[in-house]
Amino acid sequence: MKTVGIPRGLFYYYYYPLWKTFFAGLGARVVVSPVTNRRIVDDGILTAVDEACLPVKVYYGHVKELCRQGVDFIFAPRLVSVEQRCYICPKFMGIPDMLRAQVPGLPPLIDIKIDVTRGERDLKRNMYQVGALFGCTRKAVDDAYRAGAEEMKRFHSIARSGHPLNDAIELWEKGNRHTGYPACSPATGTGVAGGSQETAAGCSASLTVGVLGHGYSVYDPVISMDLVKRLREMGCKVVTPEMLDPQEVENQASTLPKRMFWSLGKKMIGSGLWMEQEASIDGVIYLACFGCGPDSLVGEIVERRVSHTPFMLLTVDEHTGEAGIVTRLEAFCDMITRRRRLA
Amino acid sequence: MRVTFPHMGNAWIAIKCLFEGLKLEVVVPPPCTRKTMELGVRYSPEFACLPLKINIGNYIEALEMGADTIVTAGGWGPCRFGYYAQVQRDILKDLGYQFDLVVLEAPDSRLTELLGQVKSLGDRVSYFEITRAVRLAWNKLKAVDEVEEGLRYFLPRVTDRHRAENIFRQGLEDIDAASNRKEIEAAVNTARSEFNRLATCGEAPVRIGLVGEVYTLLEPSSNCEIERKLGYLGAEVRRSVSLPQWVNDHLLGGILRVASCKDAIGCAAPYLNDWVGGHGQETVGYSVKLARAGYDGIIQIGPLTCMPEIVAQSILGKVSEVEGVPVMTMYFDEQSGEAGVLTRLEAFLDMVRRRKRVAAAGAHRPS
Repeated sequence: MKTVGIPRGLFYYYYYPLWKTFFAGLGARVVVSPVTNRRIVDDGILTAVDEACLPVKVYYGHVKELCRQGVDFIFAPRLVSVEQRCYICPKFMGIPDMLRAQVPGLPPLIDIKIDVTRGERDLKRNMYQVGALFGCTRKAVDDAYRAGAEEMKRFHSIARSGHPLNDAIELWEKGNRHTGYPACSPATGTGVAGGSQETAAGCSASLTVGVLGHGYSVYDPVISMDLVKRLREMGCKVVTPEMLDPQEVENQASTLPKRMFWSLGKKMIGSGLWMEQEASIDGVIYLACFGCGPDSLVGEIVERRVSHTPFMLLTVDEHTGEAGIVTRLEAFCDMITRRRRLA
Repeated sequence: MRVTFPHMGNAWIAIKCLFEGLKLEVVVPPPCTRKTMELGVRYSPEFACLPLKINIGNYIEALEMGADTIVTAGGWGPCRFGYYAQVQRDILKDLGYQFDLVVLEAPDSRLTELLGQVKSLGDRVSYFEITRAVRLAWNKLKAVDEVEEGLRYFLPRVTDRHRAENIFRQGLEDIDAASNRKEIEAAVNTARSEFNRLATCGEAPVRIGLVGEVYTLLEPSSNCEIERKLGYLGAEVRRSVSLPQWVNDHLLGGILRVASCKDAIGCAAPYLNDWVGGHGQETVGYSVKLARAGYDGIIQIGPLTCMPEIVAQSILGKVSEVEGVPVMTMYFDEQSGEAGVLTRLEAFLDMVRRRKRVAAAGAHRPS
């Protein structure tokens, strides 16, 4: 049985259930690199160019970790677009070539190009090529993909019920083991998460904070410095873009004068505008990584439009000190608590 | 309607000519200075790339001079440039300026739509006049490129470098003042013959390929005048992108028979096998092409945090190793200091010259 390594970084947080089900369906054993730790980060920093953003560096670290584990293949797709006429980031389009140029001892990469703008046939052809690596027929590939798409629906419904994506992935896998994942209350109303908001023991969530940011930064415990967990420990209920109704987010984003051509940027703007109008949201925190191209403009657009809800832009990089983040979060929460008391 | 536009190197000569041909009143923004940069930096998002900030500086200075319409280009990603105009409009409106923003962008880069947009700007003129304006502007663009080429060739070779620069400046002025093709040709010819009369120092310059992001390559104020510095240090610079080529490749869809970037993009494989937005693939392709053409070194430049250039930078290490050419990457932002840039260039050129000497001396010895 061949093993496929999936680095726990970048679009892992958005597509892991699909990828895992797909490769398992092809008869491969799927290995995921461990949760990001200091060693992985340091390894990535040493390998990647200095100017790359932290999530890319962390991704390098995960790839190197998988190299050490001796997998047969590493799945590092060339992600051009995951929705019509939208891109993600140039770095996602070059990542297989970047890895080949900089990571020594790399096992063969499964670097299929995913570009849905070019149509389904192109995507299918690329998937059949992957199937051929494992000696699978086209039908087997189609079945594996269909099963993956089914799992994605399940994964999305878990996320919608109020779980950050890293928790949702865990619950999804747990559900796979025991058939049936723990019941979560379904999303209510316009799409704000309902039940299962874990806050510190006994503390009722008095504040609701919207957290914006790319999934691979917000849900990575090292990159985000456990932002969501920290907010919950301070007694906040956290709302992330994945907990909202995708159609609602899309509608809000389409109010911009020019169509946003970054998938994640569009999601951030749509969610931000929705949060601005939603009275139950007390504050919005935008987590950006230093050097992120899209965020440098998207953050500005959101900041200029989220004008009535308190807004904080939090920029992190590999040097970020934990104490600094904690201080800023505490100050922000104190400020919005006071603001609510006075209102 | 008083029209203005952002600076990009000496492109203003052609753009001004085009707009005047469309019978528009043109406000050319003052040349990019420290003040331009400071204005831009003050009002732009901190982590935006440098071209956006310099654009803002240009716009503010032009609006203060009475411009009421900004014409700029757009695009559809994934590079940030495609969303520049939207953010810049937000910033300038919040500052209280009254203006119209016209973004020239064709949904699928189709030439007809672009022409339609140009026509809508000059609705008082006929298609005949538009064609004539476009043709004159194009000739000016090519003429500017030619005198720039001349300066790049002569600057490292001549003894009196200030004189060479004066000839160049005079050439630009003459091209700007020219009102027909004959005058443009005369201006170029004068500059060429004056360049040829300069005394040379007889030393063969090292040849450096300058690759990277197009704005940083073309706009001296965004790259600490790197071309000029290299020329003064005795290096002949070959710039990967020229203005006529860029216009042809990106605005006209490559229909004209001027040099195109297509052959260079072919050289990018197997290092970078796909398009990554911006000029990432061109940067890798030109580095390979120039290395194979025997250039002594490659310098990649771009604005700090430029996404396509970071992809290219990640790959250039491998190119350097396999193709055997020294490569240096330099990013620029508002913090770039003259002295630091100069020191790095000097060190790079010292290394390149030494490498050349050692290679020449060791040609007969086993390596």
